[in-house]
Formats: sequence, C-alpha cells, structure tokens
Amino acid sequence: MAVTVSIPTILRTHTGGAKSVEASGSTLAELIDNLEHEHNGLKARLITNGSLHRFVNVYVNDEDVRFTGGLDAPVSDGDTVTILPAVAGG
Amino acid sequence: MARYESLLAAVGDTPLVLLPRLSPSEHVRLWAKLEDRNPTGSIKDRAALAMLAAAERDGLLSPGCTILEPTSGNTGISLAMACRAAGYRLVCVMPENTSEERRLLLRAYGAEIVFSPAAGGSNQAVAVAKQLAAEHPDWVMLYQYGNPANVEAHYRGTGPEILRDLPTVTHFVAGLGTTGTLVGAGRYLREHKPDVQVIAAEPRYGELVYGLRNLDEGFVPELYDPDVLTGRFSVGSADALRQTRELLEVEGIFAGISTGAVLHAALAVAEKAAGTGEPADVAFIVADAGWKYLSTGAYEGDLDEAAARLEGHLWA
Repeated sequence: MAVTVSIPTILRTHTGGAKSVEASGSTLAELIDNLEHEHNGLKARLITNGSLHRFVNVYVNDEDVRFTGGLDAPVSDGDTVTILPAVAGG
Repeated sequence: MARYESLLAAVGDTPLVLLPRLSPSEHVRLWAKLEDRNPTGSIKDRAALAMLAAAERDGLLSPGCTILEPTSGNTGISLAMACRAAGYRLVCVMPENTSEERRLLLRAYGAEIVFSPAAGGSNQAVAVAKQLAAEHPDWVMLYQYGNPANVEAHYRGTGPEILRDLPTVTHFVAGLGTTGTLVGAGRYLREHKPDVQVIAAEPRYGELVYGLRNLDEGFVPELYDPDVLTGRFSVGSADALRQTRELLEVEGIFAGISTGAVLHAALAVAEKAAGTGEPADVAFIVADAGWKYLSTGAYEGDLDEAAARLEGHLWA
C-alpha cells in the first residue's frame, strides 16, 4: 500500500495530467521528496524557503497539516493527501 | 426582553440548542448556535452591520453613496437589507456559480449584481471588486476579508454569547470563509478559556473553483490568524450534504449546506472526545438555513447525485 496524493489542476503539468498519484514516506517532507523523484519540479511549487508555499494547502485525511506538524506531519500507508491552492470563501 | 427599536437592533443573541440525539453521550454534547435567526437569515448580519457602523463612524458614508462588496451571497444579502434601510446603493460582485435564490434575494432587497467568472470562485469576485473600486474611487468597499469590524463583531457578539450560554464549552467549530467568525469568536473564547479547541471546517469544492492560472493568484484573507485555530478540516460536498440531511432528519434543524460541513467536523471532534472518556461541550455554528439551497436539489433524492449536482457550485 502507498499514500494516495490528490493533485490540483494547476499542478498537473508535473504529473502528466494525472489527478491523483501514489507516493510513500513517513512524513509529509519525505512524501514530497518521494513525489519529486517521479514528478520533477513539483517540490519547488509546494515548498518555498523550507516551508509550505503560502497559497498551498495540504491535508492528510482532510486535516490541514499546518495544525499537525507542517512538513513533519506524519503520513501512513493508506492515507489520502490532498493538495489544494488557497481560495477565498465568504 | 424581545422588543427592539429597529430590525438592525435585533441582530445577534441567537439561540444555542442542544442536539440530544446527535450528541455521542450525556457527557459529550453537541450544541448548535442558530445564526439563521438573524434578520436576513444568516450569521453575516453580524459582520455586515458592524462594518457599516464602523464606516459610518469613520465618516466614509453619506446619504445616497454607493457601497461595493465581493460576496458569495450572504454578506451581500445582509448589506442589502441594511443599505435599503439607510438609503445607500449597493453593488455586489458575486461568482456566477452561486444559487439562484441568492440572486433573487439580493435583487429583492434592491442590490445590483456584477457577476464574476465561476472559475476561481470567490478569488475572482475579490479581484473584480478591487478593479471596480479602482475605477470608481467614490464607491466605498467594506471588504469583509480584511475589515477588522468583521472580526470585532464576533469578538464582541458571537464569542461572549457562547461563553455566557455554555460556560463549560470545550470546542468551538465554525465554517472558514472570511475567517471572521473563527478568529473573532475563537479569540474571545481562548482568552477566557485557554484550553478551548477552535476548529475550522473549510468547504472543499469541485475543481472549477480551484481553477487559478497560477499559485500566486491564491488568496488568504487578511483577517486570518492561524494562531487562534487549533485544527482545520477540509470537507467535501458529499460529507457536507450527508450531515446537512442528518441534522434535518434526526434533530429537525433545516440548515444550509455549509452547516453540514461544520457538523461533519464537530462530530469528528465529539467522537474523539467520547473515545478518550473526557466530557466535552462542542458548540458549532449554523450559519444559515436551507431555504437558499432548495433549488440545488440538496435535500432530496440520491445523495451522490445531489453531491454531483453541487459540483462547481459555491455552496458555502
């Protein structure tokens, strides 16, 4: 088993158009490093100056990683990771 | 006393009701704060009136002036009600993928609507409104995403009301849009009870809404203060719909779809508390009732089909 990562439209240029890809790792940082092997350039879109891009939100099983450890947030096989651009509500 | 000097004076002081059937146990209780009981039927009356009052205090408004606001609906409806009473003209910039009822209500209250493209959702409404504001320097944009009066309304109203009615509150759960409710009420609650958990439920829409051209078009409201929150959940339309229907079927509360997303997160934290054996009082916000969403088919038929119909809609 692996971690399923959902990719937003705006980043699918790095995944050959795929909406969702698989990756592995025990933290979000490891997962992103692993994604970078297969999908070159993705890491630089997600991380700036060592932390998540201001307008990128990442959720592990629907919970925002900024409240569960950020790049150190734990991930496990079977988890779903969702990447979304930050948009307005209201 | 339930007598008021005007409709505007009747905003706030909404009921907090126990959900006896959806609460996990007698020690872990869910409480719904019914913000649909405000004059135009949503929590946005609080922020709208506070922003208008602040602008009047600052001398920004004069009779007959034009107010401009980017809104997915409820804030516009609240402003339209107050503007009609005060004699201001209101122009709302609203994404075209919002429910028909919102447009009808805005027009009924006399507001003018400028539509922004569906792709990009409210981000585009904000961008179009900022452009209009630049073209019309005499118009006043209240700008709910960055106006401190929005947060203040919840710091002075929603938060104190919850603590007054539920001194044993352990969790506060609300929807994340402008972030005004969570930051304002959450800040008040944590100042008075530092252990209170403040949980955001954020709507997760269909792909169209996230259709930005590049990441730098992303948007985080100026009011957002992540230090007030202790957790943030993204809730998709199927989960939101399921809980909206559950709330109606089990407790008889006819709420809007964003409330289903909030209840989804509230139930998750309540069940977690029940698992640890700790008592908990979870207060959550019912931002509006279901009337404005009937035309979307949210309340009838197969759930997955109803969720599919919402794809591409701004339902919160």
